[in-house]
Amino acid sequence: MGNFSDRGVKRSIDWKLVITYLLLIIIGWINIYASIHSSEPSSIFDFSVRSGKQFVWILTALGLALVILFAVNPGFWRSAALPMYLFVLILLVVVIFVSKDVKGSHSWFEFGPVKFQPAEISKITTSLLLAALLSQTNFKITRLKDFLMAAIVIGIPMLVILAESETGSALVYAGFLFVMYREGFSGWWIFSIIIAILLFILTLTVSPYVSALVLLGVIAVTGLVGSGQIDYRFWINLSILTLLCLAPWLFGKLATPEGFLSRIKPMYILLGVSLIAVISLIIKGYKDRRKHLSIAALGLLAGIALIFSTEFIFNNILQDHQRKRIEVLLGMKEDPSGVGYNVAQSMIAIGSGGFKGKGFLNGTQTTFGFVPEQSTDFIFCTVGEEWGFLGCLVVILLYVFMIWRIIIDAEKSREAFTRIYGYCVASCIFMHLFINIGMTIGLMPVIGIPLPLLSYGGSSLWAFTILIFIFIALYRQEKKYY
Amino acid sequence: MTTEGNNRSRVLLIGLVVVAVVLLGKLFQIQILEDKYKINASNNSMVYDLIYPTRGIIYDRNGKIIVSNKVTYDILVTPREVTPFDTLMLASALDVSPDFIREKMAEYSRNKKKIGYQSMVMLKQIKPEVYMKFAELQYNFPGFRGQVRSIRDYPVNAGGNLLGYVSEVDQKYIEDHPGEYRPGDYAGKTGIEAAREKDLRGEKGYHIYLRNSKNQIERPYKEGEMDKEAIPGKDIFTTIDADLQQYGQELMRDKVGSLVAIEPKTGEILSLVSSPGVDVSMLADISQHYNEIIKDPHKPMFNRAVQAPYPPGSVFKLVNGLIGLQEGTLNMDIAYPCYQGYHFGSHKLGCHSHASPLKLEEAIMMSCNGFFCYVLRNILENKKYKGIDEALDKWNEYVQSFGFGHKLGSDFPAELGGTLPTSKLYNKRYGKGGWKFTTIISISIGQGEVGVTPLQIANLAAIMANRGWYKIPHIVKESEGVEIDPKYHERQYTMVDTTNFQKVIKGMWRAVNNGPGTGCTAAIAEVKGLDICGKTGTAQNPRGADNSVFICFAPMDDPKIAVAAYVENAGFGATWAAPIASLLIEKYLLGETTRPELEERVMKGNLMSRVKTYN
Repeated sequence: MGNFSDRGVKRSIDWKLVITYLLLIIIGWINIYASIHSSEPSSIFDFSVRSGKQFVWILTALGLALVILFAVNPGFWRSAALPMYLFVLILLVVVIFVSKDVKGSHSWFEFGPVKFQPAEISKITTSLLLAALLSQTNFKITRLKDFLMAAIVIGIPMLVILAESETGSALVYAGFLFVMYREGFSGWWIFSIIIAILLFILTLTVSPYVSALVLLGVIAVTGLVGSGQIDYRFWINLSILTLLCLAPWLFGKLATPEGFLSRIKPMYILLGVSLIAVISLIIKGYKDRRKHLSIAALGLLAGIALIFSTEFIFNNILQDHQRKRIEVLLGMKEDPSGVGYNVAQSMIAIGSGGFKGKGFLNGTQTTFGFVPEQSTDFIFCTVGEEWGFLGCLVVILLYVFMIWRIIIDAEKSREAFTRIYGYCVASCIFMHLFINIGMTIGLMPVIGIPLPLLSYGGSSLWAFTILIFIFIALYRQEKKYY
Repeated sequence: MTTEGNNRSRVLLIGLVVVAVVLLGKLFQIQILEDKYKINASNNSMVYDLIYPTRGIIYDRNGKIIVSNKVTYDILVTPREVTPFDTLMLASALDVSPDFIREKMAEYSRNKKKIGYQSMVMLKQIKPEVYMKFAELQYNFPGFRGQVRSIRDYPVNAGGNLLGYVSEVDQKYIEDHPGEYRPGDYAGKTGIEAAREKDLRGEKGYHIYLRNSKNQIERPYKEGEMDKEAIPGKDIFTTIDADLQQYGQELMRDKVGSLVAIEPKTGEILSLVSSPGVDVSMLADISQHYNEIIKDPHKPMFNRAVQAPYPPGSVFKLVNGLIGLQEGTLNMDIAYPCYQGYHFGSHKLGCHSHASPLKLEEAIMMSCNGFFCYVLRNILENKKYKGIDEALDKWNEYVQSFGFGHKLGSDFPAELGGTLPTSKLYNKRYGKGGWKFTTIISISIGQGEVGVTPLQIANLAAIMANRGWYKIPHIVKESEGVEIDPKYHERQYTMVDTTNFQKVIKGMWRAVNNGPGTGCTAAIAEVKGLDICGKTGTAQNPRGADNSVFICFAPMDDPKIAVAAYVENAGFGATWAAPIASLLIEKYLLGETTRPELEERVMKGNLMSRVKTYN
């Protein structure tokens, strides 16, 4: 027995994953220290400042990891998935009514000095329940009833979190689409949803015109890929389409302000083009009995409807404050706490790091309080400024490795539950990574969510530790017995 | 499934790599390719130094400045930069006690962590002379510096309620105006300052400086290329006549009530006095005086002119008379008897002694109560309507068309609408069918459930002057860059024809100009050659003596000014309100009074002891 468990501990745990985890929390800790160093110079272990507190969080997180690895029967996670899910759901709802307003969101429980966000734990319980659901032997995601069940499991906490005004955390749930895709959900649906979100954002942030152009491009390309046959006629059509789309821009160059050309709105031309395209696609699809052409036409129509209704709803139906909220979420307008300012500051901080960075504790942008939330949501600024491109590369590679490794392990697993849960974990980390770093470098709107394992804060660190170590435990258990 | 699954996991892994490449690509761009984000090689950072815009100046209708700005200084401390210093020397330089400085420094060191590198305001609004003294010695006190701040200056005593005050925004204000303010900003909270806050405030700017890692400021960033200058607030031209306003303030001194003057043709408010008011000397730094103002039992912050719902008293007879004429239930030839009032059952609504019976013109001139009881009775018992409910609601509709019973919609903030009874109200109170004309008889003489603001009765005076229409009273004039709502240019017609107004106005003229001893109520308001038309009112006040009310306009043909005076607990309309209003008209039309004794009596009159306070 002793031999067996020795072998178990040493060989069955995915040490590479654990080491990546440890590296990331240490990097986080060092950077939290750096981010507060100049305004509050003290020892990294000073418990009155954030680096010292983070040290406590790290120790407790490691304790949690040990408990999950050695004290909890991995089977527990599957059997307790539903009750835990329901319990956290209740917490999510209750917090709306009992919490204080923190920058417009109601998502924190406060017990004296300790604060925690049920939305963080909810990721874990949703992952567990989703894995339990999808791993049932008779579950088929392509069946509408089963799909709806999965959608409900993901959707309910997502909506409640949206109601807490925690848009970032809610967005993370969109990552579960990747899990569904892996388990057989149609890739085209995922693709359509992503395109729909893209069109929605483009319509509001850039213009309906650009959004419609993108839609046409996507339809053309997918039409091309879908048909599988590319001949000269296709290219002729594509070039005519492109020319027509560029026409308004050309007109803009040629037109005099009073001239006839300036009175033609680009949108009208585009509409005309789309209309012709839809009709010809439908006719062609019908004649050639080619289904994908008709679907492309439908997609085009749906896309245009989406663009127009987005614009119409946004400008005419929404109340002023709702509009403002969306504008702030999409980073279109400066909000009271100065969203545009934050991004500019954060990009200056990261950009000023250059290739090698300014060196440990030498950052100036992040330490004088230009970058807000510098030890939490904007911790990546400190990495970028003090460690430069190299530091960013290392951090991002560590994350990519971690996600990659989890996916590989998940694929190796013989238990559907472990596999699906693994994908859930990978998706969560991925979404956080993309949204958070994307935000600090101006690729994503400013949506406050932490960078997993790096950002200051106990509840986030604990949640990701639990999330990851449940997977390690599940995977280890399999290796131990198979 | 497995191969399919593997395919799909491959797609996802490729996606992961693509996203990582996108992130790294963007990082490569901002960290290596572009130098827009690099400040320079020597490891500097930027400091934003905010520049506050100067607030717009407020002018009167003749281009006279009523609110401008003056310079004061705040003393800022950056506790981290402070080195040991001579407390006594600093105290004498700043004109404060050494203990004050010790306390402040102790407080900063207690909150050291919270303050960090920030600067704290130690002293607010010190005079330029004091600042000069400090500036000479400043080199002795590293970490201390002065910051220019512009505060409001009031060259004319135009009354705090009209002008309004500017003060630092609090958390609630910031939340109510999302995206517009940050802590430390100032905003207009009442009066004109609030009405045109958006124009007056201007836009903040900033200088960007570079700071090295030792926290010393080195030089402007990019030679100031990225700086943004503050945009000063727009100047506002008001409709107020500063001289008239100041004169009105003096007339209303030591009295509780309001004095409102409007130019009838345009609806422009010429003066708006609410007494007692906040003294302009307190306005600039109102937070210092806030407790004192709040504790004043006469509630100086309460703007009676636009908020107080007073009973209009006999002034309201004009409205009822006009409605009667329009409805055809009254004409110029009908005469009613009045024997010391209107008798019904064992009750009566009393009146003073005068000739009887009389017709409309005399009834207005002498302000006969009995006559107007008949007038309202005929309106409410008109056979045209199904019952008193319908007749009363029709009456309500008429009265509403005179601007009563709802907010006028002026641009002055915090305006209230007064009260006006409907059949619903009486049905609720007495039960359906449980009330008749005699139940509500007091509304015929402007008592009971009728509540109007002084602005509304001034507007009534303007309606009389215009013979049937008004423009919504407003306080801001259109000027370059400052637009006003087009509604202020539109005529609002009452439901009564112009011809009917002519008849009533004759009575108003006679009320003032019929000559003493003829029974006219407002002979005291007569000014030779000005043809003032007026109507007195004496409104019951449950809290002590009656309120004195007077509305008037002048001259009768081509009116230039319409005035309403409302003085609480001052007795008959003719005793205080009529002289006050007529003096104001005289001042406006002639420039000075021809009746210095009356002016002196009014200005010296102190009625404060008669007023019961609310505490």
